[in-house]
Amino acid sequence: MTTTTPTQPTTPTGPSGTGAPAPRTKRRGTGIAGATNWPATIVLLVCTLSVLIPLLVTVNMALKTGSQAVDGNAFSLPDPVSFQSFADAWELTNFPRGFAVSAFVTILAVTGEIVISAMAAYAIVRNWDRRLFRWSFFYLLAAMFIPFPVVALPQVRLTGLVGLDNPLGVAILHIVFALAFNTMLFTAFMRSIPLELEESMRVDGATTWMVFWRLIFPLLRPMAATVGIFAFLLSWNDFMMPSLIISNPELQTIPVLQNMFQTQFSNNYNVAFASYLMAMTPAIVVFLFTQRFVVSGLTQGAVK
Amino acid sequence: MSTTTSSPQGRGTRSRPVPTSTKPKVEPLYYLFLFPAVVLFTLAVSLPAVLGFFYSFTNSIGFGDWEFVGLRNFIALFQDPGTVSAYSFTLLFALTTVIVVNAVAFLLALGLTSRIRFQTALRAVFVMPMVISGIIIAFVFQFLFNNTLPGIGQALGIDALSSSILVNEDLAWLAIVFVTAWNTIPTTMLIYIAGLVTIPAEVYEAGAIDGATGVQQLWRITLPLVSGYIVINTILGFKNYLNAYDIIVGLTDGGPGTATRSVAMAIIDGFEYGDYGFQMANAFVFFVISIIIAVVQLRITRGRAAF
Repeated sequence: MTTTTPTQPTTPTGPSGTGAPAPRTKRRGTGIAGATNWPATIVLLVCTLSVLIPLLVTVNMALKTGSQAVDGNAFSLPDPVSFQSFADAWELTNFPRGFAVSAFVTILAVTGEIVISAMAAYAIVRNWDRRLFRWSFFYLLAAMFIPFPVVALPQVRLTGLVGLDNPLGVAILHIVFALAFNTMLFTAFMRSIPLELEESMRVDGATTWMVFWRLIFPLLRPMAATVGIFAFLLSWNDFMMPSLIISNPELQTIPVLQNMFQTQFSNNYNVAFASYLMAMTPAIVVFLFTQRFVVSGLTQGAVK
Repeated sequence: MSTTTSSPQGRGTRSRPVPTSTKPKVEPLYYLFLFPAVVLFTLAVSLPAVLGFFYSFTNSIGFGDWEFVGLRNFIALFQDPGTVSAYSFTLLFALTTVIVVNAVAFLLALGLTSRIRFQTALRAVFVMPMVISGIIIAFVFQFLFNNTLPGIGQALGIDALSSSILVNEDLAWLAIVFVTAWNTIPTTMLIYIAGLVTIPAEVYEAGAIDGATGVQQLWRITLPLVSGYIVINTILGFKNYLNAYDIIVGLTDGGPGTATRSVAMAIIDGFEYGDYGFQMANAFVFFVISIIIAVVQLRITRGRAAF
């Protein structure tokens, strides 16, 4: 999506509404000399400030010393540049432990969402003529209409009762609340896999178990990438579920830790922002490596 | 049986169910594939939903003894000023945010699919906010609203901005709209980009030949052709914004007073304030309202799409 762009519709107006000349011939690629929509480019470049300023302020504040940051001036440059705030935030919030908990929840959620939804989707697609499987599909879809806040409090009690008021419980809930959407994506995708592939493998004596793991699951890779990235983002960034479900503050995820340490950050803005930056970085890094899938995945998801 | 019949069984899935009495048995493995999802869903969603509904008819405070109180919680709900204000805030917030996010995201998508320079880099920048945790970016903006914006407001002599808008009862909700929009515009924008790239250039050429101006092309060609995507974005957006929680906790924590307390926050505080049964009634009403809004949207937009 990002590298090779299909034929772009020549949009009549830039966001500025400057009404660029309308008649254009169809051309491949973008940014080719001669036809560049400069007003739109410039307006968009200016608009990037709204995205970049908060992020740059975060970096800027994190690099200050405590005595400089205390005045709360967002735009004064760090003088001197100091990395002490990262060490302080690392110690104060016990970052390694928070990171380990967040990573545990996220890895479990990503794996679980891909495997469980894919298996369910396979069973549903191959047995669509059975009432049980068809109804199970609609049953799962109902989850899309039940917001988490509605079941949150009974959920807190139940997880407490069965000893799942911990990161494992949160990972399970992340899996469940994403089940509907993921199963929908996988079933749509699976219907496009020709049955003949599977049949030829069965003729050679493969069991359903082998067909699924050796043939179907590898074929699902593009959709699994999409599901996995969104599972990662939602799980890593989630605040509501861990804050409610995890009872032991020592086992909290990184976003919840930011909230817990608000009072201790108080005017130590450099420590606070260093902490925010460390919390954001893993998601940004993953995004930079996977943005191709994010864009194409959402495109597929929207079309299906 | 299970292995030998696999082939006809697979073929049967493609056609509509055929009323034959000799349907091959389903291979047990398929149940094994289906059940983790169904069982987890039942335990983690259905069971708590049923429990919550049950407790909405009680005076439970979250633990210990309770009694049935019939519909008293539901009646009290409509008379409780806190609940009513939470609903009016949430609905106003959700409606405003849906409009703002869709308008900005659509314009950005138009810009990013037009013949611009630095397209790849610009797309990457505008997608970036979606990967950042809502509560963390809310803390960053809280700092900007409290420390930076008032200074700018004073320098420009704008009274409303001279003090933090987060402590202003009438303006705090706009800060929440702003940060929520910042965080969620990318997803909406990507869906619009997905829609815009499906429009063939020929359509615009034909429009241009017929003498359509830029604005006419936008209204008569682009918007009708992406109407399906507008529907998706509006419905998904409403669903998300009605459940607003993280960003509010990070920005105002429901304040000043209870001016920006969302329904989700009210429900979740049910344990803290010992009104579990009451808030479960609230949760049920909230659930019903969410569904009504979704259904109404589907009805309205279906009518539009035909046009």
